[in-house]
Amino acid sequence: MSAVDVPEATTQAHREEWARVVAALTRRFGDLDIAEEAAAEAFASAVERWPADGVPPNPGAWLTITANRKAIDRIRRENKRGDKQKEAQLVFDDQPQPPGAIDDDRLRLIFTCCHPALAMDARVALTLRMVGGLTMPEIARAFLVQEAAMGQRITRAKAKIKAARIPYRVPSAEDLPQRMSGVLAVLYLVFNEGYLATGPDTGPIRPDLTAEAIRLTRLLHALVPGDGEVAGLLALMVLTEARRAARVSPSGDLVALDEQDRGKWDAALIAEGHRLVRERLAARVAPGRYQVLAAINAVHTSARDVRDTDWSQIVALYDQLARLDPSPIVALNRAIALAELDGPEVALAAVDGLEDRLAGYHAFHATRADLLRRLGRTPESRAAYDSAMALAGNTAETAYLTRRRDQLGYLPRAPKPPMLHETPAIARPRANGARRLGA
Amino acid sequence: MQYLVSVIDDGAGLATDSEAVAIDAFNDRLKADGHWVFAGGLGLPSTATVIDSRGAEAIITDGPFIESKEYLIGFWIIEAADLDVALKLAADGSKQCNRKVEVRPFL
Repeated sequence: MSAVDVPEATTQAHREEWARVVAALTRRFGDLDIAEEAAAEAFASAVERWPADGVPPNPGAWLTITANRKAIDRIRRENKRGDKQKEAQLVFDDQPQPPGAIDDDRLRLIFTCCHPALAMDARVALTLRMVGGLTMPEIARAFLVQEAAMGQRITRAKAKIKAARIPYRVPSAEDLPQRMSGVLAVLYLVFNEGYLATGPDTGPIRPDLTAEAIRLTRLLHALVPGDGEVAGLLALMVLTEARRAARVSPSGDLVALDEQDRGKWDAALIAEGHRLVRERLAARVAPGRYQVLAAINAVHTSARDVRDTDWSQIVALYDQLARLDPSPIVALNRAIALAELDGPEVALAAVDGLEDRLAGYHAFHATRADLLRRLGRTPESRAAYDSAMALAGNTAETAYLTRRRDQLGYLPRAPKPPMLHETPAIARPRANGARRLGA
Repeated sequence: MQYLVSVIDDGAGLATDSEAVAIDAFNDRLKADGHWVFAGGLGLPSTATVIDSRGAEAIITDGPFIESKEYLIGFWIIEAADLDVALKLAADGSKQCNRKVEVRPFL
């Protein structure tokens, strides 16, 4: 391999092998700290030695062997550990897995990092570090937290895993659906933060985070290809990511789904998402919420023009979603679709019924503002845009709302195409920050 | 590995008769499955006495060391292989005694 390829080969090895190395070491030494540190040292050695020695024929094996050696060195250095180390080992069952079960240490690693006994922010940080291989400064930057605070969060989580004996194990079949949904919530939170950043201090869309979430979800899908919700989340993510280039205008405001240049959508990602959705339909198993959300996105991305959108199917899918997740956010998104099917007046009545529960949510006001605009109730629409802007945190979203409000004054009222403020939505990753997926 | 399962009460007070029956049955299951170490119910916080003997003489104070809406009303000490096992048992215990519980590992 030529010298030019070395940095690329190193990056690729990091992307492909990090989780495998950490997972194998965790299993062998029963300690997340040792595994993480030894893996980091092995990758540092690769960066140092590969340019001179050349990339080894099997980089994964080289890294695993090197990391094992580093771990043993460290344990020898701290030989006081001895028996105590044995005692503190993570518990995992060495019983043979039932036939057909997936036995991959990376899956154990994922379930341990996303254990429900850990706080959500700790699960996210730990998963990005141990499974994703992001460095501490990268994770700290991703969530706008001081590096020291992020380090502490991860250290505390690892200490709890050890002290409370959170096992290194894939949950039993009985617990699997619930635990898997906890894992998916972590991945979806990372994706959502990238999809529509919460704060004003970053870019409105953060492709590094959406890419990382997709990469981890792809890994999970490869490990458990038969799990419908994993496939559903992956489909949802790629169908959303496919629209990224069309979602922000050159001047930096969000472009709603109905105004997007659909030629800018990523055809390969759309094809992948549609294929995943078709596979789930063919499986003929009652879908969970991620699969329904993926299906909604598949309907949107099937329309080459917004006017070709099959709204009755979208409303039907939202009805299905509401049965699985009777949250007001789902009801709000259903109302947005309903406006296209039955008109803004019907939709407004549905939206107004949600005020008790959604008055603090910017998208509630943005939706009302748009429906009122379409009904020609301009002053009320303006007031609703103001309420939405006061609550929105994302810069591109604020810019979008400002533009829409300012257009109220001088645009003819009627025949403007409907604004679809964003579509499917869910996930409430922050206490009061209900989030929506769409646009 | 042993875990302390603390039973947290927020005003319901002592266990009712039907709760006591359910707790007894749960205790029997813990014993049969080898998870039982110890368990006990406590009097209300108003029956507590705090004593601080770090100084020259012991100072006795009436009442709990911390006044709060939620307080400890009982506990189990269980033997479990790992936290997943402990959480499962604690979930059953919470249901039977009709109160929330906290699970904490012994060192």
